[in-house]
Amino acid sequence: MSGHDSKYFSTTKKGEIPELKDELNSQYKDKKKDAVKKVIAAMTVGKDVSSLFTDVVNCMQTENLELKKLVYLYLINYAKSQPDLAILAVNTFVKDSQDPNPLIRALAVRTMGCIRVDKITEYLCDPLQRCLKDDDPYVRKTASICVAKLYDINAELVEDRGFLDTLKDLISDNNPMVVANAVAALAEIQENSSKPIFEITSHTLSKLLTALNECTEWGQVFILDALSKYKAADAREAENIVERVTPRLQHANCAVVLSAVKMILQQMELITSTDVVRNLCKKMAPPLVTLLSAEPEIQYVALRNINLIVQRRPTILAHEIKVFFCKYNDPIYVKMEKLEIMIKLASDRNIDQVLLEFKEYATEVDVDFVRKAVRAIGRCAIKLERAAERCISVLLELIKIKVNYVVQEAIIVIKDIFRRYPNTYESIIATLCESLDTLDEPEAKASMIWIIGEYAERIDNADELLESFLESFPEEPALVQLQLLTATVKLFLKKPTEGPQQMIQVVLNNATVETDNPDLRDRAYIYWRLLSTDPEAAKDVVLAEKPVISDDSNQLDSSLLDELLANIATLSSVYHKPPEAFVTRVKAAAQRPDDDEYPDGADTGFSESSVNEGITSPSASSSSGSYAATRQAAPAPAPAPAPVPDLLGDLMGLDNALVPTDQPTSPRGPPLPVVLPAATGQGLQISAQVTRQDGQVFYSMSFENNTQAPLDGFMIQFNKNTFGLAAAGQLQVPQLQPGTTASVLLPMVLLQNLSPGPPTSLLQVAVKNNQQPVWYFNDKVSLLVLFSEDGRMERANFLETWKSLPDSNEVTKDLPGIVVNSVEATLDKLAASNMFFIAKRRHANQEVLYLSAKIPRGIPFLIELTAVIGIPGVKCAIKTPSPEMAPLFFEALEILLKG
Amino acid sequence: MAGAASALFLLDIKGRVLVWRDFRGDVSAGQAEKFFTKLIEKEGDPESQDPVVYDNGVTYMFIQHNNVFLMIATRQNCNAASIILFLHRVVDVFKHYFEELEEESLRDNFVVVYELLDEMMDFGYPQYTEAKILSEFIKTDAYRMEVNQRPPMAVTNAVSWRMEGIRYKKNEVFLDVVESVNILVNSNGQIIRSEVVGALKMRTYLSGMPECKLGLNDRVLLEAQGRSTKGKAIDLDDIKFHQCVRLTRFENDRTISFIPPDGSFDLMTYRLSTQVKPLIWVEAQIERHSRSRIEIMVKTRSQFKERSTATNVEIELPVPSDATNPNIRTSMGSATYAPEHDALLWKIKSFPGGKEYLMRAEFSLPSVIAEDALPDRKAPIRVKFEIPYFTVSGIQVRYLKIIEKSAYQALPWVRYITMAGEYELRLI
Repeated sequence: MSGHDSKYFSTTKKGEIPELKDELNSQYKDKKKDAVKKVIAAMTVGKDVSSLFTDVVNCMQTENLELKKLVYLYLINYAKSQPDLAILAVNTFVKDSQDPNPLIRALAVRTMGCIRVDKITEYLCDPLQRCLKDDDPYVRKTASICVAKLYDINAELVEDRGFLDTLKDLISDNNPMVVANAVAALAEIQENSSKPIFEITSHTLSKLLTALNECTEWGQVFILDALSKYKAADAREAENIVERVTPRLQHANCAVVLSAVKMILQQMELITSTDVVRNLCKKMAPPLVTLLSAEPEIQYVALRNINLIVQRRPTILAHEIKVFFCKYNDPIYVKMEKLEIMIKLASDRNIDQVLLEFKEYATEVDVDFVRKAVRAIGRCAIKLERAAERCISVLLELIKIKVNYVVQEAIIVIKDIFRRYPNTYESIIATLCESLDTLDEPEAKASMIWIIGEYAERIDNADELLESFLESFPEEPALVQLQLLTATVKLFLKKPTEGPQQMIQVVLNNATVETDNPDLRDRAYIYWRLLSTDPEAAKDVVLAEKPVISDDSNQLDSSLLDELLANIATLSSVYHKPPEAFVTRVKAAAQRPDDDEYPDGADTGFSESSVNEGITSPSASSSSGSYAATRQAAPAPAPAPAPVPDLLGDLMGLDNALVPTDQPTSPRGPPLPVVLPAATGQGLQISAQVTRQDGQVFYSMSFENNTQAPLDGFMIQFNKNTFGLAAAGQLQVPQLQPGTTASVLLPMVLLQNLSPGPPTSLLQVAVKNNQQPVWYFNDKVSLLVLFSEDGRMERANFLETWKSLPDSNEVTKDLPGIVVNSVEATLDKLAASNMFFIAKRRHANQEVLYLSAKIPRGIPFLIELTAVIGIPGVKCAIKTPSPEMAPLFFEALEILLKG
Repeated sequence: MAGAASALFLLDIKGRVLVWRDFRGDVSAGQAEKFFTKLIEKEGDPESQDPVVYDNGVTYMFIQHNNVFLMIATRQNCNAASIILFLHRVVDVFKHYFEELEEESLRDNFVVVYELLDEMMDFGYPQYTEAKILSEFIKTDAYRMEVNQRPPMAVTNAVSWRMEGIRYKKNEVFLDVVESVNILVNSNGQIIRSEVVGALKMRTYLSGMPECKLGLNDRVLLEAQGRSTKGKAIDLDDIKFHQCVRLTRFENDRTISFIPPDGSFDLMTYRLSTQVKPLIWVEAQIERHSRSRIEIMVKTRSQFKERSTATNVEIELPVPSDATNPNIRTSMGSATYAPEHDALLWKIKSFPGGKEYLMRAEFSLPSVIAEDALPDRKAPIRVKFEIPYFTVSGIQVRYLKIIEKSAYQALPWVRYITMAGEYELRLI
């Protein structure tokens, strides 16, 4: 079966459009049809044929299905550019939606749903209403999806016309494909709505599990994905669900298998019986392994997911490490992922075999893969104490092959091994020193220098070795310079003889007078002062014992892992990022399909490179964050009088460069708190506050220029913080003339920039401009700005959640200074901050209020407020899966209720 | 979780759009094209790229087939496994329609391509990918009729893979049991991975809506039925079934029951990870003489019973890319130098069990080599073979019952064959 459509692509150049116009209006059917095909061909190759709109639409009324489909296709593409003419098509659409042929009925409503023109949409409602109740399942399944289309264009219309109820009824349809599409549509609508629309009860659950047996493979995926959100009431229900889902593991479709795995893993969290859990783990292993026989692209998705699964349940694949051994013909992206999983599964039992594999890979030709294999050996050494020696001997063998990049990579990981097992393997230093001359990469050089400095007392010619590097000191990258500085100081402290003394003079001179790198200069000055005032103290500082490192690279923190596991098979699980980090909701209505450019604001600052980043060396720093500190040169050319010195290192450690500014934006709102007074900012005053507007978090800022000169080139950077707040775009401040003020709203993203450790409301900010040094200031983030608009809970859900959380998750606090004068006013105030009222009761003379709120990653806050009207003192109790956030909550609540 | 594709693109080898179908109006053709061009420019080789790429708010997932890229763009957190698999299914459907999917066949059939895309995906959700049924109501020019086509029942039925009313004069079923042996032997001669991947490939020519039941020598089933399983039963632990098989039924009582699609399909696949002795063993000794000459000695042995015979045995030995002047002798079969693969190909038509053959080859090497030459890519020895009437697992089809309303007699034909899958032995 082969066509000859390519002829339609070649039309005579001269007067193409008028010629087509003639043909479209031809009285001969065949000529007409050919003309429409030519139009579609032109459209396909990107020519603008919108001027033929009327002529094409005139061909719409035809008995010929093929022709009809082509005209419809044309309409989908051009209706938006000709909204007034599009109305011409409505009549035919409506007529077609009542055609005796179900194929045409479905085609009409499917196409109408794709035309994002308000005038058409209005006319869609009646046909859609009919088609949802059509006798033919093919029409119903098409109409189900169409409800989601309509919701995307005009949500209100869907709600007003009662489509949601009709759609919900279709969950009980007797046709499995209709059910599956209704589920997909409802799940999407729910995702975009803050109201509870599609809640899975135990009744729908059982209905959908039954439908699972009969629908197409794609339908099974829709249903499993929707059901994976269901929280079983108890272990027994969870076991029941799992039992009904397990047969899906045998499906030939990999997507069905992965979605089933997701659902089983979710329910397993509730299952208490260890036997059942063990049994399930055993059942899941073979299907997961079989995913590796699929097409390489699918393998890639599977491997990214397996990476997550083994972090949570390492036992599932503990005995299957061999299936992750790389095949010769695996694409490089598959090999890279396999390697990562091999490291995760490596154990004392299998390490010998694994090392043999790594060694094999280290002699392949793909440089990135080879490097990763060498790093893998190092990571295994750090992870498995008993195997460390074997790992090192493999590394030494590799060094002997003398392939330059292998040697350099090996030295980098050996430095890490030294940090993990201090004073154990120094005997190999001599071998390392043999390769000294071949090192040309900064990280390898820096690592080697660190080793020499650290073990200076055991290397007879340490001074000579370091000296050889000193000659080129000014030309070295900052990373190497910093290490040379520290290593020379170490050498001097360990061997305070004449040679090192001279060296230290040279180095300190180079690192203070000759450099314009503030990091290097600051560190050199500190050493200098230490050495000149109290050499003993210098010893204590520079030669202090370092904490032992562990291999935690590429391990995700538990709450993120939870979220990613709930997203198995989706892009989120491929990126290892929560969905909100990369999903950009662009309201399609605002876009023209033929637009070439999209606003850059859609960029959330997500970078692909960080997704697949191989290893971030766990011990990248030898002393106080030196590597991190130099990963990029300092942005400030002038001497930096850092008011918060401890911040410096951290701020510089960020991988994002400072963002430049150029365009103005106008803000709104009440006066902002001053965060950088003019006195501190040499005349620049900054006021700022993190705020929430229309469901988005902004950093609302105001800049006041009290200096004598214009300021421009403003940039901003946020230190890692509890909420992972980071700038979503560029800070856009216009050139600021003396005596003027500029206000901006900087959109922020969450979860980008997370700092470990206990939660704190502290937000450390650095702002710079072209005229002044970098300004650092601290701000506080109110937890309230994180409360999302969809935090409202159903009463039953609230009670259930409250019960399901253990008592240890409840935190109580008295807020003595607060007076509640009116319940309504208080509730309004709380609602304005997205704390939603659930219920109220009276207890003696006390009012007890229940509210719910939600912070990112869907973590709920259940709130109970107890107060007597008019009397100071409010008792606040909250229950949440993240009780560590409670102090932040109380702090924010107190400010809110006071103000 | 909800998430759907924004648009599907078919691009030529340079990333230019051949055909695209916009499902959600939130990405543009130009954007994707530009992105793709950049991708190819940067890496040179798109095959080494991760198949999931993020750029400026949009995720692109793509696969390549011949000179065509199939790519889906999305702005949401959609099911990546499902989308990528869907792309592979699109390839299957196009191949069914146009025999081969390539740039030319897409251009020649763009009207049908649009029609198919419209039917296979709606608003970014995969809908229907059964090529055989699709071709019942979407036809290419040659077969197009002016009468109205209707959607076949099968599209929305529980049995979505089979049309009603199929008629054959002679009702027949062919069942091929094909086992592929995957093996990886490291340079120390240790077997580090060995598995058997089996497939039951069916070709059905049956009338009506036949109910089929397949009986295997499955140990679990036989034991449950209280039959003796002495030596004949096998353990099937990792099985995947075609969507026609009733999974719940299998889970309950291990019965494999189904209404088959018409024509050929894989009824089930299975995997055994039990270690098997390599059926064909190869040992190679390589001697380099003073940089100018390389001598390869290869010994191969068949390690299966004498009554079986391997056929079409092909042993591919890597040789240095700059080798010249081959001088080859074999004790059986023929060996040729294939410089385009940097390999020596040794073919043995028929290789009975328990035999051993030898080959000796000599090559000249250039005496001068570049100083900074990268190490050669170390390819493994690869082996291909087939052994008919033999399975490694010992799987047996005990019966295949076919029941249809009209009570016709159908003849099942069963064949067994074992072949090499990814059969790699690394060189020392």
